[in-house]
Amino acid sequence: MSKDIRIRKGLDIKLIGEAEKVTVDATRSNVYVIRPDDFHSIIPKVIAKQGTEVKAGAPLFYSKANEKLIFPSPVSGEVVEIVRGAKRKILSFKILADKEQQYVDHGAKDVNAMNREEIKEYLLSSGSWAFIKQRPYDVIADPETTPKAIFISGYTTAPLEADCDYVLAGKEKELQAAITALSKLTEGDVHVSVGKKGDSPLANLNNATIHKVSGPHPAGNVGVQIAKVDPINKGEVVWVINPQDLVIIGELLLTGKFNAERTIALAGSSLKKPKYFKTKIGAEVSTMVYDSGVNDEANIRVISGNVLTGDNVKPDGHLGYYHNTITVIPEGDDYEFFGWNKPIFNKISPSRALTFSWLFPNKKYALDTNTNGEHRAFVVTGSYENVFPFDIYPLQLLKACAVNDLDAMEQLGMYEVAPEDFALTEFICVSKQPHQQIIREGLDLMLKEIG
Amino acid sequence: MGLKENLHKLKLKYKDKKMAPAFNAIHTFLYLPNETTHSGSHVRAADDLKRTMNTVIMALVPCLIFGIFNAGYQYYSAINGFPEQFSLFEHFINWENFVLGASKVLPLVVVSYGVGLAVEFLFAVRKGHEVEEGYLVTGMLVPLIVPVDTPLWMLAIAVVFGVVIGKEVFGGTGMNVLNPALTIRAFLFFSYPGWMSGDKVWVHSAVEKSGVDALSGETVLGYLANAKSFDYSVADMFYGFIPGSIGETSAFLILLGGLFLIFTKIGSWRIMLSAVLGTLAMGLIFNGVVNAGWITESSKFYALMNLEFWKHLIVGGIAFGIVFMATDPVTASQTNKGKWIYGFLIGFISILIRVFNPAYPEGVFLAILLMNVFAPTIDHYVVQGNIKKRMKRLKLKTA
Repeated sequence: MSKDIRIRKGLDIKLIGEAEKVTVDATRSNVYVIRPDDFHSIIPKVIAKQGTEVKAGAPLFYSKANEKLIFPSPVSGEVVEIVRGAKRKILSFKILADKEQQYVDHGAKDVNAMNREEIKEYLLSSGSWAFIKQRPYDVIADPETTPKAIFISGYTTAPLEADCDYVLAGKEKELQAAITALSKLTEGDVHVSVGKKGDSPLANLNNATIHKVSGPHPAGNVGVQIAKVDPINKGEVVWVINPQDLVIIGELLLTGKFNAERTIALAGSSLKKPKYFKTKIGAEVSTMVYDSGVNDEANIRVISGNVLTGDNVKPDGHLGYYHNTITVIPEGDDYEFFGWNKPIFNKISPSRALTFSWLFPNKKYALDTNTNGEHRAFVVTGSYENVFPFDIYPLQLLKACAVNDLDAMEQLGMYEVAPEDFALTEFICVSKQPHQQIIREGLDLMLKEIG
Repeated sequence: MGLKENLHKLKLKYKDKKMAPAFNAIHTFLYLPNETTHSGSHVRAADDLKRTMNTVIMALVPCLIFGIFNAGYQYYSAINGFPEQFSLFEHFINWENFVLGASKVLPLVVVSYGVGLAVEFLFAVRKGHEVEEGYLVTGMLVPLIVPVDTPLWMLAIAVVFGVVIGKEVFGGTGMNVLNPALTIRAFLFFSYPGWMSGDKVWVHSAVEKSGVDALSGETVLGYLANAKSFDYSVADMFYGFIPGSIGETSAFLILLGGLFLIFTKIGSWRIMLSAVLGTLAMGLIFNGVVNAGWITESSKFYALMNLEFWKHLIVGGIAFGIVFMATDPVTASQTNKGKWIYGFLIGFISILIRVFNPAYPEGVFLAILLMNVFAPTIDHYVVQGNIKKRMKRLKLKTA
C-alpha cells in the first residue's frame, strides 16, 4: 500500500559542500565519547565506573527514571574517564577503544517467531531502546506505553544531511528485520516514508505502510509526515526512529551484536572534499574532518548533525548518538559594513527586501554562522506560515511557550511538534528568536506538568 | 580597517554599562553585528528587523518627496491661482516649490525623528534593552500624515505622547496595541482640534492669511462634506495635486509603494487587498442608498454618499492608511485569515466614519485605531477555529 504525501510549504536551504557519494573508512578513533545530554531528559546513573573494561554493547549507564533503560558502549575498551560538570552532572563517558573489538553476544533471534514482550525485553536489555523516540515531547520512548503507530522517515530534505537512499543501500536484510520487530510493538502501522523520486531500499519492505513524499524541507521531518498521515491527538503516542538506527537494530537481531557503525556524511562549505565516512557512534570528528582538508582552519564551526538542528561540537568533539551528518561551516564572527541595508546576493532570504536569493532558486550558498541581525521582539507576522506545513499557528504556539501557558500550548497543537519542526521558522525569523529552544523548553514544561 | 576595530573595542568597553544600548544602536547602524548563532539553527536568513523597516522607509520616500513639492505647489497655487495648463515640470517640480516645501516639511521630519528616537534611546538605556527599530518607520510616517503647518512644538509633544503611551508602556516595539504613528495623529487631532481640522490647515500659511485674501485650504473631502463644489479633476486626485496631509495625497505613488511592499513580501497583500475591497463595498452601499432615493440632496451627507464608490480610494488619506498604516504587523491581525477580516473592516469603517463624521471628514485613522483594538479579538476567534478543529479530531478518535 502506498500513499503520497505532498508538502508545499517549506524552504530548501541549498548549501555548498554536499558530500560526494563515495564512502571511505574513517581512521579509527582512540577515544569514543557518549554524552548523556544527547538523550534529552534522561538523568544517567553510572554502571561502568571509571577504569572498567567494557565490550561493545555493554551498558555504560541507565536512566534514573527507569532502570531498564540502559545505554550501551559503542566500542569495546576501557572507560578512561567520566567527565563531570557543575553539580557533578555527568557530561560524558570516554572510552579508550581496544584494537580488537569484542562484542557482547545478545543472541541472534528469529524476529518472526518473537512476540511483543520478547522484542521489547530484547531491545531494552541490549541497550538499543534508546534509538526509539516518541512524540509528543521528542524524548526516548517510554517502554510502558503502546504507540498508535511508528513512523520512519527515509526522505532527506535537511540541508547537507546524509542521503538516506545512499547510506542504506545494501542493508535491506537488517532493515526488514528491524521493521518486522517494530511492527510487533505497535497496535497500528509502521509508516515508512521514502522520497518520491529516490530509489530507497526502504521502498520494498514488508510489514510497513510505504508513503512517497515530495516537497521542500521540512517534508523529510518525521513530524510533518505524522501530521499528514495520522496527526497526534492528546493522549496518543507515536514512536519514531531514524532509518540508520534501524540498521543497527536489524544487525543486532540477526547476529546478536550491537554494532554502532554508521555511514555518515561529512559536508559543508569549509571542507575541501566533502564525502561519506564509515564510522561509529561517538567517534572523534577530527578523524574525519581533517582527512578531507579544511579551508581557513581557525574559523570553522564543526556541527554534529545538520546546520538546522545539530550540535556545535568543536573540532575536538565527537559524533552525537543520533547524528548521521557532520557539517563544517565558517564561523561568522565578523562585522559587515551597512550589512542591514545593502543589497545582498550571497545569503538566503525568504523576502525580496534588497535580497536577491529569489532570483537564483538553484544557486548554492556558503552560509556562515552569523545571525545577520540582532535578537528582537516578535514583530513580523505571516512569514513563518510559509515554511511551516502543519495545521498549527506557529507564532501563537511560540508565544504560548514563551509565557508557559500550558492550556494554550495543549490547545494549539504542542503534542504534534518537536523542536526540529521549528528549525525553518527559526532560520527565517526576522527577530532572530531562538524558536527551537523555546519549543524545547515548552515541551519540557509540559512533560513535567502533564506527563 | 580602522573604524571597525575601534568600534569593536568601544563595544567591549561599553559592555554591561548603562550606555551600552545607545552605543550598540549606533554601532549596529553602521555595521551588521558579529553575533553568531548559539542555539538551534546554526545558519540564519539574511533578513533582520532593520532591513524590514528600511524597506518600508524606501517605499515611503517617494511620498515624502512628492509631499515636499506639493506643499510648495499648493501654497503658490493658492496665492496665484491654479495654472490653466498644468505642466509637471513647469508648475510642480520646480525650485520654488521645493524650497518652500522643504522648509516646511523637513523640520517636521527632523522633529519627529529627533524627539521619537530620543525617547526610544532613553527607554532603552533605562530598561537596559536594545533600541528596537520600530520607530524608524513611525518617525517617517508621522510627518507624512500631519498638515503642513503643524507647529513643531505640537508635533514634539504628540510624538512624546505617542511613543511613551502608545508603545513604551506596553514594553516597546512588538508589544504595542495601537499603531504609534496613528496614536500621535489622534493625539494631535483630539488635543488641538482647532489646528487639525477645518478648512485652513492644509495649505501653508492659509490660517494666518484667512480673512485677508481669503486663501482657501480646503481638502477634497472638506468640500464634499460641506457640499461645496471644487474643480480638481480625477487625475489631480489620483496623482495627488490636491491639498491634504503631506504624504497622503498621491494615490499613484502610494500604489507604487504598496506594490513594492507586496513584491518584497514585507507588507501584507491580504490586508491591502481586503481593505480596498472594504472601501469599495461601503462606497457601493452609500451609492446604493443615494440611488434608491432614501436620501435627498438637501441632506448634509448627500455629497459624500454620492461620491462614486471608487473615488473614495483616491481622496483623503485612505490609500496611505491602507498601504502603510493598516499593514503594521504588530498592531494588525497576526493570522492570515484574521488579516482578511481586519483589512476589510478597516476599509468599510473608514468610509462609514468619513461620511458620517461631522467634525472631520476623514475616518481612516480612527478606523485603523479601532481595528487595532479589535485585532487580537479577531485573532482569538481565528485561532479558536483551529483549536476546535483539533478538539473535533480528538472526539472523532475517541468516539
